[in-house]
Amino acid sequence: MIELTINGKKQQLDVEPDMPLLWAIRDIAGLTGTKFGCGKALCGACTLHLDGVAIRSCVTPVSYAAGKSITTIEGLGAEKMHPLQQAWIDHSVPQCGYCQSGQLMQAASLLAQNNNPSDKEIDQAMSGNICRCGTYPRIRAAIKDAAKATQS
Amino acid sequence: MSTVLKMDRREFLKGVGLSSGALTLGVAIPTGSVLAGASSNGTFHPNAFVSIDKTGLVTIIAHRSEMGQGSKTGLPMIVADEMEADWNRVSVKQGLADKAYGSQNTDGSRSIRRFYQPMRKVGATVKDMLLTAAAQTWSVDKKDCLVANHQVTHKPSGKSLHFGQLVGVAQTLPVPKDVTLKPEKEFRYVGKDVPIVDLEDMVTGQGVYGIDAHVDGMLYAQIERCPVYGGTVKSFDASAALKVKGVREVFVIEHKGIPTQFASVGGVAVIADNTWAAIKGRQQLKIDWDMGENRVYDSSSYRRQLEQAVNKPAKVVRKEGDATAALKATKKRITADYYLPALVHAPMEPPACVAWVQKDKAQVWACVQAPQGVQQVVAGGTGLKPEQVEVNVTLLGGGFGRKSKPDFVFEAAVISKRIGKPVKLNWTREDEVKHGYYHSVSAHHLEAAIDDNKVSAWLHRNAHPSISYTFDKNAEHASDGELSLGFADLPFAIPNIQHENGAIKGHTRIGWLRSVSNIFNVFASGVFVDEIAAARKKDPVDNLLELMGPDRHLSFDESGFKFSNYGENIEQYPYDIKRLKEVTRRAAKNSNWKAKTKEGNGKGICVYRSFLSYISMVVDVSVQDKELKVNKVYCVVDCGRVVNPDRVRSQMEGSIIFGLSLAYYGKITAKEGAIEQSNFHDYPLLRIPQTPEIHIELVQSEELPTGVGEPGVPPVAPALINAIFAATGERIRELPLNQRFSV
Repeated sequence: MIELTINGKKQQLDVEPDMPLLWAIRDIAGLTGTKFGCGKALCGACTLHLDGVAIRSCVTPVSYAAGKSITTIEGLGAEKMHPLQQAWIDHSVPQCGYCQSGQLMQAASLLAQNNNPSDKEIDQAMSGNICRCGTYPRIRAAIKDAAKATQS
Repeated sequence: MSTVLKMDRREFLKGVGLSSGALTLGVAIPTGSVLAGASSNGTFHPNAFVSIDKTGLVTIIAHRSEMGQGSKTGLPMIVADEMEADWNRVSVKQGLADKAYGSQNTDGSRSIRRFYQPMRKVGATVKDMLLTAAAQTWSVDKKDCLVANHQVTHKPSGKSLHFGQLVGVAQTLPVPKDVTLKPEKEFRYVGKDVPIVDLEDMVTGQGVYGIDAHVDGMLYAQIERCPVYGGTVKSFDASAALKVKGVREVFVIEHKGIPTQFASVGGVAVIADNTWAAIKGRQQLKIDWDMGENRVYDSSSYRRQLEQAVNKPAKVVRKEGDATAALKATKKRITADYYLPALVHAPMEPPACVAWVQKDKAQVWACVQAPQGVQQVVAGGTGLKPEQVEVNVTLLGGGFGRKSKPDFVFEAAVISKRIGKPVKLNWTREDEVKHGYYHSVSAHHLEAAIDDNKVSAWLHRNAHPSISYTFDKNAEHASDGELSLGFADLPFAIPNIQHENGAIKGHTRIGWLRSVSNIFNVFASGVFVDEIAAARKKDPVDNLLELMGPDRHLSFDESGFKFSNYGENIEQYPYDIKRLKEVTRRAAKNSNWKAKTKEGNGKGICVYRSFLSYISMVVDVSVQDKELKVNKVYCVVDCGRVVNPDRVRSQMEGSIIFGLSLAYYGKITAKEGAIEQSNFHDYPLLRIPQTPEIHIELVQSEELPTGVGEPGVPPVAPALINAIFAATGERIRELPLNQRFSV
């Protein structure tokens, strides 16, 4: 049994310690907002927060997350929509939408550390997240808007 | 002409899960022939799209699959507009696989173009019945009643009833045969930016994709497949796999021989309690494979075969005048050879589904582009009848043509039947890259004759394994459909034109990938025409406009070429040179084409009509010390009447990035029959720092709507190559570019 705190809720999961956090969250905890894309930390679709910092859950063993606070996309704007989620809506960012959980979690981690990122800082922070639909121009614009909203 | 039928309401409600007391309508609509690889019988089918409940909630069925292109929003917008529904009181539901809807085969950039008029008629029919219902209720003349914003008003008295209040009477009425469509200038939603219906779900993690489907009690499967297409399991040892905690069963999935079509390529399946246990078990398998006949496939020797095939006379596809004689007689002949590697789709969501096969029925939840095809394929794999297979279409985490091929659903169904339980199968990225339906590798040889500085002859010979090979082991030539994709439909007014297709056999499954053969054919012609401009010392835009020739509708009747015109009637959707020239001029204007560029910078252009839409791309690059940077891309699109402009813009943005990805990195190769790439480290895709500034202009048009999802892709790579030439004087004739530049 491994105890995880997912979106503020403590849960006991009967899983092998080497199971990637991604599969523990999706298959065992039943939260499917976090996506599988590559299994090798190459695409960012599985991004979630561990103690507030973006990590790739597809290569993080579930045992590493024990005792830490996990936030998934379902918990990002649980009480009030996160400014990034609102900006994503305002810019109609998603096409297929599949990678957007990871994009949002990565962007949220960026804004938590730097609420006024430059274009270059946005590019750097988001360069690990692939969007095959090509929503990158809108992701950039939405992050800038959300940063402004966070500042005001 | 469409006809409208009344449906069995209970059947319909079962499909959409609504309470009783609702008005529902079925509408028969025409479907027609389709693009490469798709199936259609060209007949009329009854359909059911709209229901209204007593509260006034209008439910509209989205019968096409949503993979990012936006038709799940666009088609219901059309219905809502015609029936004067308030979009805020419309709920959009995904339809099950059902012939009643007409074709659900979501590819070929067809959703809006094929269903624009039928959806209008669906909406107009509902509106007419609501008007009649109100007139009957009030015993007034229907002509004095008006439908607007979800209610009917009697103009003289001012009284009104909302849609829900009219349901009771409306459902007793006969369905009118002929209804009047509203004037297009009165559209309330069509032509406006409307957010997609799943937007909020997508940003909160609530969207359900194939990989997210869940059935209580389901198990999880992984399949180890033969590295070579057509190979089979000689023997396997599952003892270590079965020791992995959570692994329940290991067995062989049968391979039925080449061509596998949409069945499984076969392999060894591991069934477990969760995905991770299945993956770990799979890693422990020891399998002895018979690699089969395709173990001879090697990309470097295959390249030589392709190049040989295009450097000798081949099957003539289009012949106008006598290009051979003109090329022999000319004093100035230019030639060029081009080569483009195979590609794989790489949607962010790999193929994934849940299947549950029971004695007399099967249910699947899957990210599929062609749900009716899935019924056939699952029936074939389980012995059930197609109508016993319920297909629930989830959201698709990208499709790009991969999810038109339901081999993964076949696999899940076969497994579920064997274990007697629901099963989730999700392909890994490695599975997706190594066992694809690949976009063809191709070689091209082009020649042009230039006499008195005019182009007097054009010869284009191509060779590539055909999509037909996926269905016919002996196929050696491209189909008419493939040859109509950017090849023999060359739009230039040149007196002598010849197109030839070389013979070559396939060694992998070949599939259609976003814009299909247009990718390599438009690359070859789009770069070669720029080489002609350079040889003639003419500005590339002036050269293009001159070669496009006088405003006219193209006809290929005299040339022996059977132009498929994307499955549409050429009278209804002509190949209009005037529109092609217009997007060319606009792109030149938007990009300030003739302005001088800095040292190491350059602009390139490519213009083409595909999927009936006219698209121009101008790419602006910098090249410094072998470092390539795309600064800006200008795109002009004429796709007829636009339903949801924001989604057309987003498709163009996506197409540009998709086109740059394949230009920079796109390369799938095989050695001893096995695909060498495996994941995003060796099959990279464009990332955010490489994203250029993008400028898009939509041509305002009242022509019929045409394709949007695909036609943006083909002109990107050739425009980029032409820009590199403008910047450096270096002419590149093969992809991908990361072989030459740091990108």
